Amino acid sequence: MNPAQILVVEHLTMGFGGLIAVSDLSFVARRREITALIGPNGAGKTTLFNCITGFYKPTVGSLRLVHQDGASFMLERMPEFRIAREAHVARTFQNVRLFAGMTLLENLLVAQHRALMRASGFTVLGLFGSRGYARAEADAIDKARYWLDRVGLASRADDPAGTLPYGAQRRLEIARAMCTDPVLLCLDEPAAGLNNNESAELNRFLRAIRDENDTSILLIEHDMGVVMEISDLIVVLDHGVKIAEGTPDEVRRDPKVIAAYLGVEDAELEHVGAEATP
Amino acid sequence: MLRDNKQSQPHAIVAAAKEAGISALIAFGLFVTLIGLRTDQGPTGALILTTRFGALATIVAVVFVGAFLRALFWRDAGISLGRLVPDRVKEVAAGLSGYAAIGFLVLALIVPILAYASRYYLDLAILIATYTMLGFGLNIVVGLAGLLDLGYVAFYAVGAYSYALIAQYFGLSFWICLPLAGILAAFAGLLLGFPVLRLRGDYLAIVTLGFGEIIRLILLNWQDLTGGPNGISGIPRPSFFGLPFTAAENGFAATLGLKYSPAHRVVFLYYLIVALALLTNWFTLRLRRLPIGRAWEALREDEIACRALGVNTTTTKLTAFALGAMFGGFAGAFFATRQGFISPESFTFGESALVLAIVVLGGMGSQLGVAVAAAVMLGGFELFREFSQYRMLVFGAAMVAIVIYRPRGLVSTRTPSVFLRERKDIPAAVVQNARTETPA
Repeated sequence: MNPAQILVVEHLTMGFGGLIAVSDLSFVARRREITALIGPNGAGKTTLFNCITGFYKPTVGSLRLVHQDGASFMLERMPEFRIAREAHVARTFQNVRLFAGMTLLENLLVAQHRALMRASGFTVLGLFGSRGYARAEADAIDKARYWLDRVGLASRADDPAGTLPYGAQRRLEIARAMCTDPVLLCLDEPAAGLNNNESAELNRFLRAIRDENDTSILLIEHDMGVVMEISDLIVVLDHGVKIAEGTPDEVRRDPKVIAAYLGVEDAELEHVGAEATP
Repeated sequence: MLRDNKQSQPHAIVAAAKEAGISALIAFGLFVTLIGLRTDQGPTGALILTTRFGALATIVAVVFVGAFLRALFWRDAGISLGRLVPDRVKEVAAGLSGYAAIGFLVLALIVPILAYASRYYLDLAILIATYTMLGFGLNIVVGLAGLLDLGYVAFYAVGAYSYALIAQYFGLSFWICLPLAGILAAFAGLLLGFPVLRLRGDYLAIVTLGFGEIIRLILLNWQDLTGGPNGISGIPRPSFFGLPFTAAENGFAATLGLKYSPAHRVVFLYYLIVALALLTNWFTLRLRRLPIGRAWEALREDEIACRALGVNTTTTKLTAFALGAMFGGFAGAFFATRQGFISPESFTFGESALVLAIVVLGGMGSQLGVAVAAAVMLGGFELFREFSQYRMLVFGAAMVAIVIYRPRGLVSTRTPSVFLRERKDIPAAVVQNARTETPA
């Protein structure tokens, strides 16, 4: 098993009745890299995410996640909460899913549920105020504070998450995912709805996560500014089939990719094609 | 509150009249058969149709005038009574609200002193405390975990029958039976929890409603064990840690050198249920600050996100059901020992609805709100007992008023379980509740 690989997808097929959303997909995401999944709407990107994070069980194929220490997890056989807590895969959602009525701090503490639950002796010790639990909670709050600082939301720690502006909600969702100590972070369109400044900020942040926090990133994104700039590897899907794979430069020149993208009426996406045409 | 701008006056009046006309029309349509027509039994036994168009006209006129005035004066304010309360009063109320919980607790503790002589008020206080406790228990399931449970009375029944049967067949004392009743009710909670793990919102409500009925029907039909519709009588009464409340030589009064009074037992029962309710309250407040409590609230806010963060939603839901049921079971055991007699009639859907109404009216998730709501609802029931005919009418009107003016319950803010710098209450508008569907 190659320790440079973090996620190995082999012959993955996901069908819903007669509809094949992802068809015989194989690719490898490498450790400490940012792997981007791109493709027109309906290409099967989010379906793939749902398979990786256990929300869907793939029809055929295998998903293997490998930790640094060599431990390997068959993700297609695990329920989603075990993928999060044991395989350490975290994700964000296309339409942000925060705990809107809870404060930012509480959101980040729920992400550390597993560790806190154990420290509270599965509630029994915590109920009687054990010192071990108090310490664990203080640590959890420190970690939450660290991530709130990282995403620039420390000053709003005690506000409900639902009152944050959209861009800040996206950042909070990433911070919350990071609080689960992931080895692989799956981001579903993190730059959607962000302005230019914000997406430049996001680029810096994602690179920092990759380099400083030892977390590999799998990214679905439509914003080509983000994808081309930060990705180490790009996998292009169209109608559930992989049509290209390579570095940003390679993908940009690939005629199949250009064809797939020119087929859709989307100014932002045509931009890629335009850039690639000599 | 009239608008200053004189020119818009006629316009506003026309608009208001139009709106009032529509309201009056709806009222006419509703009441034309309900009030306008009346059937009486004639001397030969046949029905005689009489008309009451006068009363109908009065009702429609009242609706018209009411709607007209509302449209004219409250148009800008929307539906808000807040404007009518002077700011000064609001400030004082806000200052006092911090002490409300303590005030309520002190009041609860001195009730027997205030009402020692009156068996009626003591019984009412016991009833309120029982429903407060049931409300606290259901609050875990509905308020915190956001699982709408319409069959909560099932656990109350399981607790009551467990206590009655264990006490009768095995002769165990109240203090041993009480935890056993709670544990058995918790098992019933797990039993309900398993099949409904995947359900939310309306579907969950229907299944829990059915579960409540199933338990009641089992109690009704398992004659050998439960006595069927005859119920169980002669349930042992509680003793004061071994001292029975009797006039006998070894009784509570004689041992303590007091004059025997039947009120002793009632006062003891009152403090017992208040202690149980406070225990439930302490437990719930404590759990809210623990990871399990935060997981419940996160589950209410967004189940999918919970699963993505490694929260095992199965065990989280089951613990909510089991713990909520356990407190229902304690309350049931208390009910059985207080009444001395139980039958399936005490555990109808009406009880579930009442407890749920208390939780919703109190403000989902708020402990103080539940206690106040229990006092208001049951106290209100008793207050209007004299106007027997109009009791339900007044009650219904009060419920409508609450739904309009305080749709999020009496205490509509959520207090965060943990804070970094300052604890800021969260407005109800952003908090999810059991009635909001989370799309999958």
